[in-house]
Amino acid sequence: MIWESWDAFWKMGGYGLYVWGSFGMTLICIAGEIWLVRRHRLQTWQRLKRMKEWEPK
Amino acid sequence: MNLYYYASPSTFYPLAGKLIPLFSALAFILAVVGLYISFFVAPTDFQQGEGYRIIFIHVPAAWMSMFIYVVMAFWSAIGLAWNTRLSFIMARALAPTGAMFTFVALWTGAFWGKPMWGAWWVWDARLTSELILFFLYVGVMALQAAIDDPRRSDRAGALLNLVGVINVPIIYFSVKWWNTLHQGSSVSLTRAPSMAHIMLWAMLVMALAAWMYAIAVALVRARSLVLERERQTDWVRALLEGKP
Repeated sequence: MIWESWDAFWKMGGYGLYVWGSFGMTLICIAGEIWLVRRHRLQTWQRLKRMKEWEPK
Repeated sequence: MNLYYYASPSTFYPLAGKLIPLFSALAFILAVVGLYISFFVAPTDFQQGEGYRIIFIHVPAAWMSMFIYVVMAFWSAIGLAWNTRLSFIMARALAPTGAMFTFVALWTGAFWGKPMWGAWWVWDARLTSELILFFLYVGVMALQAAIDDPRRSDRAGALLNLVGVINVPIIYFSVKWWNTLHQGSSVSLTRAPSMAHIMLWAMLVMALAAWMYAIAVALVRARSLVLERERQTDWVRALLEGKP
């Protein structure tokens, strides 16, 4: 372990804001994109299914 | 192997469905390993202290931002030349992920620039050309969204992609061509990297994780687009009877 304590880990030698601000935003972006692609897929599926069901036979 | 076979949306759809869990798992494992090396193995930098650890996402994100654009332009060129449906779908599926990585590169750059340079942003050639790349991604997506007819929308987007690809070498060589505040590249194909090996490894593992992630999300998006485009075909109609 290169860190003396968890506190030292979170402080990042005084660069905590910048390091966690960077990694945090990356995490938000990735989580957001995963949520969006899954929602897009589900919405496309449901819309196409409805369109198919409403077609005149 | 017949490439035309895989270029058919009805073959691509189930194949991509099988590949997505694989790429997702690889992305997850590589990200865990990469983050572990980034935070618990890589030593403190003698100049930048712990602040340098931003490199482990900044550089992979910046690489991805340029690489995805080139791949997108490649699919656009194939699509324009041979009018293959799947090429346009791939180009379209990559754009949001490329934009996301460009944003991350800019954001982490700002969060690195502030403590090291004293400024969140400077109008330096590297930063400005990367910002233009972000606008190109957003511009391509906006253009595609603005045209209702899918074929015209595909072709217009592809054309803008191809025009914009000129920006990628400008970004890459900007640190050589102009006197930039942004540092030159630490990793190059032609000479030994100017950084500790363990730091380089962490960066490469993170870059590989980003690759796997980009492939996985682009395939999910491409599958949704295939369903949408092929909704009149028998195979999609049969598929819709089942679960998503």
